[in-house]
Amino acid sequence: MTLSGWLQVALFCAIVLALVKPLGLYMTRVFTGASTPLSPVLRPIERGLYRLAGIDETHEQHWLAYAGAMLVFHAAGFALLYGILRLQNLLPFNPADQGAVAPDLAFNTAASFVTNTNWQNYGGESTLSYLSQMLGLTHQNFLSAATGIALAVALIRGFARASARTVGSFWVDLTRCTLYVLLPLCIVYTLFLVWQGVPQTLAPYAEATTLEGAKQTIALGPVASQVAIKMLGTNGGGFFNANAAHPFENPTAWSNLIQMVSIFALGAALTNVFGRMVGDERQGWAILAAMGVLFLAGVAITYAAEGAGNPLLNALGLQGGNLEGKEIRFGIPGSALFAVVTTAASCGAVNAMHDAFTALGGLIPLVNMQLGEIIVGGVGAGLYGMLVFVVVAIFVAGLMVGRTPEYLGKKIEAREVKMAMLAILCLPLMMLGFTALATVLPAGLAGPANAGPHGFTEILYAFTSAAANNGSAFGGLSGNTPFYNLTLGFGMLVGRFFVIIPALAIAGSLAAKKTLPASAGTFPTHGGLFVGLLVGVILIVGGLTFFPSLALGPIVEHLAGAAGQTFAAAGG
Amino acid sequence: MLRHLRPALVLLTGLTLVTGLAYPLAMTGIAGRLFPAQAEGSLIRNADGTLVGSAMIGQSFTSERYFHGRPSATVAPDPADSTKTVAAPYNAANSGGANLGPTNPALIDRVKTDLAALKAENPTDPVPQDLVTTSGSGLDPDVSPEAALFQVPRVAKARGISEDGLRALVAGQVQEPSLGVLGERRVNVLALNRALDVQQAR
Repeated sequence: MTLSGWLQVALFCAIVLALVKPLGLYMTRVFTGASTPLSPVLRPIERGLYRLAGIDETHEQHWLAYAGAMLVFHAAGFALLYGILRLQNLLPFNPADQGAVAPDLAFNTAASFVTNTNWQNYGGESTLSYLSQMLGLTHQNFLSAATGIALAVALIRGFARASARTVGSFWVDLTRCTLYVLLPLCIVYTLFLVWQGVPQTLAPYAEATTLEGAKQTIALGPVASQVAIKMLGTNGGGFFNANAAHPFENPTAWSNLIQMVSIFALGAALTNVFGRMVGDERQGWAILAAMGVLFLAGVAITYAAEGAGNPLLNALGLQGGNLEGKEIRFGIPGSALFAVVTTAASCGAVNAMHDAFTALGGLIPLVNMQLGEIIVGGVGAGLYGMLVFVVVAIFVAGLMVGRTPEYLGKKIEAREVKMAMLAILCLPLMMLGFTALATVLPAGLAGPANAGPHGFTEILYAFTSAAANNGSAFGGLSGNTPFYNLTLGFGMLVGRFFVIIPALAIAGSLAAKKTLPASAGTFPTHGGLFVGLLVGVILIVGGLTFFPSLALGPIVEHLAGAAGQTFAAAGG
Repeated sequence: MLRHLRPALVLLTGLTLVTGLAYPLAMTGIAGRLFPAQAEGSLIRNADGTLVGSAMIGQSFTSERYFHGRPSATVAPDPADSTKTVAAPYNAANSGGANLGPTNPALIDRVKTDLAALKAENPTDPVPQDLVTTSGSGLDPDVSPEAALFQVPRVAKARGISEDGLRALVAGQVQEPSLGVLGERRVNVLALNRALDVQQAR
């Protein structure tokens, strides 16, 4: 670890923190229907869409109608994306003559983008046409991100309102988020990326003759416009197979810093939106503080492990940490920080191969996802995931002192706690259940590229990433097989919607409750004690659930590697 | 559910056209005006117009007369059997890493073999680790300054030029971290080799 490495971390944190208040204020105005500086341009488009769709924007929805609207919208989006992928060979903007995507891969990719996961079983430059990248993937990047934010706002309304029947209109939240928040930021961001060296062209792949006279085909495309939203919307699906490690997606140290900032920007700002809408900004800062504690602990461990390097290679005389699978322009700190950021949020873009990280360096990305990506988290998804944990933490605090638990003046009762536990438990069911299945079925065992505990970690990482809707991978796993395409796709859908629906149910039931005035016996939820309690509950729940699986994978690999043991593939 | 159908279909179509078509196409137009070179992929052409490569993308160097980049794990479909792949270093149409785990003997053996070859080439200096580790994309355009300097004796011998002149050439190509802390010190291998060819042609 070096001083300049930690200065990079500090610079990153400072920029994210500086953006929390201005972005939080702007987004609060967007979601409360107030006018914004962009309204003169965007308001006519917005109203035109409502008129065509027959939407009355003053009509709010009960949580069930909100959930129903979201599900119908997603079903339609899924069908559209699946259709584009299957028919891309017949559609325009296909200069590299990519064939139709196979049915199982198209199912996986459609599930992946609709759920904001963006797991890459597809190869990017080797599989998809420019039209599939733009009309197929880019639009779902916007809409799945806008959905996440809309749902978080609906849950916030549940906390903020009293004796109310509705939680907002899904159609209005979705449209306003896309037009007022995501699109303007992406336009500026795209230009920044192109300036740094990210291509944005419809020209076919370039055919170069290298200095040594060999042929090199250089894949190009409308990359910058997609990279902008894949980061800002915490989608993470790469234009290229190598994702943000590819020099065309992430060409400089500056683009690397700004990409990391953009992964966290909206998620962190949503804690401020939460604080503003419930009428006490300190409540938002307390939640961000709990996220910050977990984040910095993760950065310290991953950076230390990668900085120390692989003991088996150090024994051969290598110095300077673990550079395998990393790019020189980012170095070890820029790669370690990116890995923690992308898994703390549900982005899943990678600028280095997580599969080649040291055992403990790769442990933290895995743990971040297993905790449900609540450390800032996916746009919207992180906040509603965290609020689910808040409900449990408040419940535990209530048990300890023997009082009815309250949060922001709302009584937390059996229904909320049941829904919170349902949301929390569906993740381990998908992650551990499918991992167990894959480790006994031949179709599952055919996947890993590495043997021993590392191979197990590849499988565990895949199902964890899918259910948590992250999308990063231990890339050695051959996931583009019918078994993995179907099981991972199913895991993504359950991991998304079985968290969303309980969260919306909590929103609806909280909105209907009265707000009680704070009294001397009320547990304050903006101080250090609450932050500590929340972090504790998260680690205990995560630790109890996932520690055995971690012991079988990265932990035993770390111990074996330190003892000089390697694991050869059978027959290889 | 049926009452949701019209808003769902209209909003999906409308927002898809805005974000999936209007946005990328408009950005392609604007970026092409503002930053034409970068938008086209930072392509490098010779004086006679032939395309040499991209400033952003590494390429494979094996000749003793050139500085080499990092090992690359990219592959291409096997021409004999399309279900298999063959090694194709710096294949810029199929990026990707080696994905060898830290306890995989294939990784340890590969590093051992590469180390032995490099030590034979330059027995005096320690081998910089970026010369024996693959990059994430397989297209890393850079090496560390130490890795370039390590290769100076070989290139000087192959070209019959002085080592001191080569070291000065490398030093002139070093890019420093942005703001002093962002990223690492590095040398773009293609730029260095082009400078090398230009210098010798003079």
